Amino acid sequence: MAWLRILSAGPGATIQDAGRTGYLRYGVTSAGPMDWAAFQTVARALGNSSRAAAIELSVGGFSLCAEEGALVVAFAGGGFDWRRDGRPLPPAGRLTLRPGEVLSARAGRGGAWTYIGVAGGVDTPIEMGSRSTHVRSGIGGLDGRMLRAGDILPVGPGATAGFATDAEIDAPWLGGGRDPIRVVLGPQDDYFTSAALAGFFDADFTLTQAADRMAYRFEGAAIAHARGHDIVSDGVALGAIQIAGDQAPLVLMADRQPTGGYPKLGHVILADIGRLAQMRPGEVCRFRRASLDEARAALREMDQAIATTTARLRPLRREMTSAWLLANNLIDGVVK
Amino acid sequence: MTGETAPRYLPAGEAALVVEFGERIDEVINDRVLALDQAVAAAQLGGVVETVPTYRSLMIHFDPRRTSTSALIEAVRALNPASAPRKPPLHRVIPVCYDPPFAEDLGEAASILGLTQQNIVALHSGALYRVYMYGFAPGFTFLGGLPDALAIPRRATPRPPVPPGSLLIAGGQALIASISMPTGWYQIGRTPARVFDQSREPMVLADIGDTISFERIDAADFAELSAEAPNGVGR
Repeated sequence: MAWLRILSAGPGATIQDAGRTGYLRYGVTSAGPMDWAAFQTVARALGNSSRAAAIELSVGGFSLCAEEGALVVAFAGGGFDWRRDGRPLPPAGRLTLRPGEVLSARAGRGGAWTYIGVAGGVDTPIEMGSRSTHVRSGIGGLDGRMLRAGDILPVGPGATAGFATDAEIDAPWLGGGRDPIRVVLGPQDDYFTSAALAGFFDADFTLTQAADRMAYRFEGAAIAHARGHDIVSDGVALGAIQIAGDQAPLVLMADRQPTGGYPKLGHVILADIGRLAQMRPGEVCRFRRASLDEARAALREMDQAIATTTARLRPLRREMTSAWLLANNLIDGVVK
Repeated sequence: MTGETAPRYLPAGEAALVVEFGERIDEVINDRVLALDQAVAAAQLGGVVETVPTYRSLMIHFDPRRTSTSALIEAVRALNPASAPRKPPLHRVIPVCYDPPFAEDLGEAASILGLTQQNIVALHSGALYRVYMYGFAPGFTFLGGLPDALAIPRRATPRPPVPPGSLLIAGGQALIASISMPTGWYQIGRTPARVFDQSREPMVLADIGDTISFERIDAADFAELSAEAPNGVGR
């Protein structure tokens, strides 16, 4: 059976599936994709289960090839510069990778995370119910670490009938967009002055260099506490906006700890978490207050959009030029 | 349930709900958290993915495609945690070496607390602890029951990394560290026990709500017990 070989890997490349569940209570981080919508778009394009594992890449550059047979792969997320044997590809697509062909990705015009999946899924060992890598605790993926050149990734059995045509995925739901990031208040919004809350929703925030799979730190307006910044530890969910003593928002991401001891003003809604994850340090966003109903409706809309993936595959042009890519207005990862 | 305040139901995004019983570290509050945790598990509420008991609240992670915050609040309100049979707490004895080189900050803690090193060891190893929660890292154990005399303020700046299995005190709390990390706490001993082990049931040293006490061992015992653990003292 064919497998994938990693030819080069910058920092930050890991195996991720939908995340590890059931062990948060023992201090085990869930991990999972930073941009779940891009991750699920790849799964859809390949006909994979929504829990199948894929490779998550960051801006450090990456290349791989198929060995012992052709493999159908798909990629999406961020405005990355994808190439096959050096020839440009669109930012999202599905293609048959033949032995000897090299698929590579490097940072493009925007975006911080991108995904490459394979029909049948990456079949690395399951650890505590999941293939997701949590590097900090050395769990999952390949020996709990980031991928590196020379790694070989086994591939699970997958149906690839009808995947003969190389295709571009037109996935507008993965576009950057400049709308404010929507936030549901709670659970500790009562730890902040009303002026601080108003200021949070009325200021530009810049993503700092302190941005990784664990958390994104922003700077902008200072968010003043009304009742101090220490709380007795409680649970932490994806997208929590934690405000510590420095009064700066820290958005807790895929590799967050399961519990924490700082007040959480609110949570970024699931439909917007990928858009936030795709920001690069120096980029600017605003936050907007949303209701739980709005968050649920936005999630439903995102799910419905992702479900159209297979209907939005278009045959790939054999030769793509930079002019073509520019004319097609590549995804711009800047969120405003 | 007379005399008990009603819990607060607080959304943590559209996929998690906090049921909060108080804002303090308190055995009675933690008992209510654990009772609800067991009641939620027993009721197999639709859409619930997993729960995280903490000192003073239960976080319920759920699939927003299968249920909603309001439906879940209603379902949780309908439970009667008091009627659920409570799992009887177990007691576990954990070996700890308080001798050099396993007690790196014992001297420093003694001078800050105005106690002798022997006092600290006697107090720490003589107390009965309760496991309140896990968090921070796999198997990282948050304990209650530290004697008041050992309430030492956190360091202003973190000290260099402590090894896995370290017994830490600060801020009136006690911890068992499962990973190597810099810390603002004081390292006063170390256990050779494997703090987290995926192949063990439970993976952690004790379930939440169980009690723990520490048995003093010497450096020779530490070496022997470490050697018995096939993979050492946890990663």
